[in-house]
Amino acid sequence: MFKRISLAGVLALGTAICAFAEEPRHGGTLNFTAPYGSNFATLDIHSSPSIQEMFISQAIHRTLYSWDATANEPVLELATSVDVSDDGLVYTYHLLPDAVFHNGDPLTADDVIFSYKRIADPANAFPGARRISTIKGGAEFIAGETDEIEGLKKIDDKTLEITFTTPANPGFALMENNMAIYPSNVDVATQATEPVGLGPFVFKQHVPGSQVVVEKFEDYYEDDKPYLDRVNIILMAEGSARDVAFRNQEVDVSILGSTQYQSYQEDPALQEHLLEVAEVFTRNIGFSPEFEPFQDKRVRQAINHAINSPLIIERLLKDKAYPAVGWLPMSLSAFDKERKPYEYDPEKAKALLAEAGYEDGFEFEVTATPDESWGVPIVEAILPMLNEVGITVRPKPIESAALGETVSSGDFQAFIWSNQTGPDPLSVLRCFYSKTAQSSCNYTAFSNPEFDALFEEAEAELDPEKQTDLLRQANNLLQDEAPVWFFNYNKAVMAYQPWVHGLVPNANELALQPYELIWLDESAPESRQ
Amino acid sequence: MLQFTIRRILQVIPTILVVALLIFVIFSVVPGSFAASLFSDGRTTANPEMIAQLNRELGLDLPLPQRFLNYVMDLAHLDLGTSFRTRQPVLQLINDRMWASLQLAVAAMIFAVVIGVPLGFTAAMRPGSILDSVTMIGAVSGLSMPQFWLGLLLMYLFALQLGWLPSFGYGDGSLRNLILPAITLGVTPLALLARTTRAGVLDVMNADFIRTAHAKGMSESKVVRWHVARNALVLVVTTVGLQFGSMIGQAVVIEKLFAWPGIGSLLVDSVAIRDIPVVQGTILVIVLWFLLINTAVDLIYAAIDPRIKQR
Repeated sequence: MFKRISLAGVLALGTAICAFAEEPRHGGTLNFTAPYGSNFATLDIHSSPSIQEMFISQAIHRTLYSWDATANEPVLELATSVDVSDDGLVYTYHLLPDAVFHNGDPLTADDVIFSYKRIADPANAFPGARRISTIKGGAEFIAGETDEIEGLKKIDDKTLEITFTTPANPGFALMENNMAIYPSNVDVATQATEPVGLGPFVFKQHVPGSQVVVEKFEDYYEDDKPYLDRVNIILMAEGSARDVAFRNQEVDVSILGSTQYQSYQEDPALQEHLLEVAEVFTRNIGFSPEFEPFQDKRVRQAINHAINSPLIIERLLKDKAYPAVGWLPMSLSAFDKERKPYEYDPEKAKALLAEAGYEDGFEFEVTATPDESWGVPIVEAILPMLNEVGITVRPKPIESAALGETVSSGDFQAFIWSNQTGPDPLSVLRCFYSKTAQSSCNYTAFSNPEFDALFEEAEAELDPEKQTDLLRQANNLLQDEAPVWFFNYNKAVMAYQPWVHGLVPNANELALQPYELIWLDESAPESRQ
Repeated sequence: MLQFTIRRILQVIPTILVVALLIFVIFSVVPGSFAASLFSDGRTTANPEMIAQLNRELGLDLPLPQRFLNYVMDLAHLDLGTSFRTRQPVLQLINDRMWASLQLAVAAMIFAVVIGVPLGFTAAMRPGSILDSVTMIGAVSGLSMPQFWLGLLLMYLFALQLGWLPSFGYGDGSLRNLILPAITLGVTPLALLARTTRAGVLDVMNADFIRTAHAKGMSESKVVRWHVARNALVLVVTTVGLQFGSMIGQAVVIEKLFAWPGIGSLLVDSVAIRDIPVVQGTILVIVLWFLLINTAVDLIYAAIDPRIKQR
């Protein structure tokens, strides 16, 4: 498995490197697809919790930090440098001197403060508000107790001081697309229809239900970028239709499902242009602590041993996933490369069940959506495997929209889900901290003093390497405790046309690409030149 | 005729009210809320404070009867509410998409009528002929073929193999983009129209008054034009009305497949995230469309056959 992972990584990196090795070419139109729905709900990214609108904000807006997909870490985006206090709480940002908004106004500290206050405004109930709570006074502002966020301080137009409540890396929270910086002197109401940002492309047109068109911003702050003149961000939710459009060269990139992945791999003309990455999503079956058999660790471990995950991945998911080792995915620094996944061993599973007093097995139901990669079909696939060790499983179908509510209210014996498990290992593992409520994200109501101690120590640690080591230990402990069945990490696959260059293996979400790095070579069809 | 028209239009109002009540009740009892659906994709973690705040802001913390009363009051003022997700008026969202839906429905219906009716008529005039057999086999195939599959087939043939038409999208609203989705949507009504037209014409052809017309020495073309066509028209108009009325609802799958920006795809997305005002508004518009078309059909009946308005 690790060979395969390394190969995929090398291929992905190779694609990126090859693209940069050639001289980028200016001009052209990119037909990019937004595959997660038939609609852009809003152009005001502050109000959006969903990935779909990020396809637009990625072109139009910029955030204080951004994600470096090659280095796998957040990096400064709108500041040339930052000074950090010894206690790791006070950050002084020196904002980019030449960054200007699409309306010509320069970026100032006021714009950052204005944007963060708007995101945290309790009257708005925006999804990014919780990220502001890491700033001193943010929680009080969100609760409506104060009119200002104490930790936000303008030093001068180009210098901003932010005081945080913990020494954790603020880049993870402030790089999210819905933390975009808006100009303070533009009516925010217009951001929902004609967004104005700092990004490499200017908003041109929105055809509801069809596409958003953006055009090159000539005053973008990065030299020589963007390369493209125009990007059409096209709504294409239906995978089979996207497949035809891609093969017909009407679109330049396409996110593939498992069936398409198999057929593209078998097609010599298409297999050369696949970008693969292990995304930060862990598919799992969470066990309820209220359900008596799951209170015993040996039962949870037995289930992990009883299921042949690689077989399901091969047969059902057509190898479009990597078997999960533990909770944190492979691209995170806190992932332990020495660790192996639970071995498929029905005899060991039976022995563990017998030790726990369940030699005659038991019966439980799994709440599952219809999703083909982490829903009812997977529960049906594990059914005979668990039956072999005496456990009877029944799928309990539920509509996708109701899954979150059902799980966070604890109304389940087990559930199957795909959870984002990156890029920040600290915030991901916080979901297993005993003080995190089940209604928040501790869905299996996990409580383990040893884990808590490791997590608290990691949270207070200023040295990044030591912090990573503590988080690695916590993640390994989680694997041993098995509050879930660790199924797989999603393998995201993007097919791209041979004339497209500059795509990056973004482990956070492969479909989100930095448009400013993308360029088209001479072989692009006339319609894209 | 005026009295008949007023009576038919007034019947629409209670139907709309019952539908509104049904939609409201169904979406109030099904599990899942808008706020909770925001983290159902597993990308973001649940945030109980945000959920509570959103529920308060959207009025979802009010008792059910109060919410229904507010809904009906807004409806009486022709206000379909504000989308939870986009925070824009539902009417505006529907307005943005309605034109594309109408374009698709009208084009599909024209395709179905222009081909289906003459085909059914010609088949009926020569029962048992090769043309009749081919038409009926085609009609049965058209009726039984899943639209989704047919759409993919057409995409493959006309876009991928022949390169004549774009495989998806609205483009600049040109005819080229409309052809494939309209044909896909129009095949089922075409098949149905061909069958019903054939059946209707055959039925009339066997009637006594046709025999009488022939006995009087009237020419075949006059019999067909004056007697057969007019009498068979009632069944054809009924089928056209029913199909045209339900076409916007049927277009949901086609819109999704061809990335066509109609209200069908808006409805699907809104159901998935429990954007109730948009769901309610969209379904109401689809129902209203159906009722209006049917009322129009009733009025056309009355014009074609004076016996109907006397009932």
